[in-house]
Amino acid sequence: MSYFSDIFKGIKTLLTGMSVTGKYFLTSRKGAITQQYPDNRDTLKMFDRFRGEVIMPHDEENRHRCTGCQKCEIACPNGTIEIIWDRGIDEETGKKKKKIDKFVYHLSMCTMCGLCIDVCPTDAIKWGQNFENSVYDRTALTRVLNKPGSKLMPGVED
Amino acid sequence: MIRALSITKSIHDWLYSSMSENMAHLVEMVLIALVYLAIFSVAGLFLVLIERRVAAWFQLRIGPNRVGFQGLLQTMADALKLVSKELTGTERADKFLYNLAPYFVIITALMALAVIPFTQDFQAFDINIGILFLIAISSIGVIGILLGGWSSNNKFALIGAMRSGVQTISYELSIGLSLLTMILITGSLQLSQIVEVQKNGWLIVQGHIPAIIAFMIYMIAGTAETNRAPFDMAEAESELGAGFHTEYSGMKFAYFFLAEFINMFIIAAIATTVFFGAWLSPFGITESIPILGVFWFLAKAMVLVFLMMWFRWTFPRLRVDQLLTLEWKYLLPLNLMNIVIMALIVWQNLIIRF
Ligand code: SF4
Ligand code: SF4
Repeated sequence: MSYFSDIFKGIKTLLTGMSVTGKYFLTSRKGAITQQYPDNRDTLKMFDRFRGEVIMPHDEENRHRCTGCQKCEIACPNGTIEIIWDRGIDEETGKKKKKIDKFVYHLSMCTMCGLCIDVCPTDAIKWGQNFENSVYDRTALTRVLNKPGSKLMPGVED
Repeated sequence: MIRALSITKSIHDWLYSSMSENMAHLVEMVLIALVYLAIFSVAGLFLVLIERRVAAWFQLRIGPNRVGFQGLLQTMADALKLVSKELTGTERADKFLYNLAPYFVIITALMALAVIPFTQDFQAFDINIGILFLIAISSIGVIGILLGGWSSNNKFALIGAMRSGVQTISYELSIGLSLLTMILITGSLQLSQIVEVQKNGWLIVQGHIPAIIAFMIYMIAGTAETNRAPFDMAEAESELGAGFHTEYSGMKFAYFFLAEFINMFIIAAIATTVFFGAWLSPFGITESIPILGVFWFLAKAMVLVFLMMWFRWTFPRLRVDQLLTLEWKYLLPLNLMNIVIMALIVWQNLIIRF
């Protein structure tokens, strides 16, 4: 008699499936995940997990957390990051010390794999939410992430 | 044979008074064909739009809403685009059959519409073997699909066409038998007669349990007939590109596409006629206004069309062996059993009538 019980089980599971999609159908007005870009350009907020570009946050006194260790440059599989570094005199100790001059990031080569962010020991770089990257010239996508005149945040290296 | 709406009476009289009888008959038939063609190509386009919006809602999207108010003109624009596109073909394709195939599909779809009773007087062709005609016509459409796949000189198209053949041959049986179950109650194949019988309650109520089983089988087999998901192996996008119409472009592709949607409407319309009382209003509430019959007919058909869309966006596609198991091991024996039960019910007069 498993023939008939199979049929009833089949019908039951089909109806369960239909009730799930039916609920989605009824709530779709509120729950729609589609963003009507660019109509809502001003209010659009990307998801937390969104990987738009690599950014380097700076605090109010124009200080970042990058020590210039170059781990991200080594980790990057396609040479997106180029760190141009320098040696400067540390004001406190008076010793010579490595610091970044320019953190060059070629967005046009980045695959958003996230290895650089994972590998950074001081959390100096993060994911940005920008996605409007259409330009007429590829060079416009090459960015220097540390702002001019920025310094290393004290205490990062400890 | 042609029963015209009362509005068209004057045109009818004028035609018969101004020319010979045969001539008038011919002109009248051509006029009716043109009117149907115009109405249903537009209606088919709107069905496409409805499908897209409904699909979007099922998937928590918004759907086309830019062209015209709420995207109402979207499919019109798509059709215009398709008209203006180049008609391409493959090398060494069988040109004659290749060009013929879309017309087979679209013409059979439109022919089936002729017998459907939209309301008391809005039925182009009230033939006395109505149901048989519908079943016969709907099987011709598959020839178009087979020809299209065969002549395209493309492996995907051929596989899609063959699958479609397997599917239609199998599920035709279920469609026929489930409708036959209902014919046991009505005792007539003529669609206007079938509607007449339902004045004492829709057939799904009259035939209660076996009628509901027959309806379920009909809806499953009907979805399979139209090659829609979950039975869309004939055009399984993820396996076969686009199946039998892979090589078609422009307007010929549009014919296939339109035919699919008109067929969906026809399946829903047959179900409406046979199970849900066609243009009869529930409990006869608007019996005094016959023109409202069109509204009731379309409302019922749209509910069934929605049901088929619901199937499509819920269930995953069946494999070929699962498809054949479902038909030959489940639907067919159940159907035969159901006919026996229905025969007993009709014999013992256990029909529910008001
Ligand atoms: S996300 Fe990947 S590709 Fe982009 S800069 Fe970091 S390591 Fe390189
Ligand atoms: S961003 Fe991080 S990993 Fe890259 S050089 Fe600076 S501190 Fe090192």
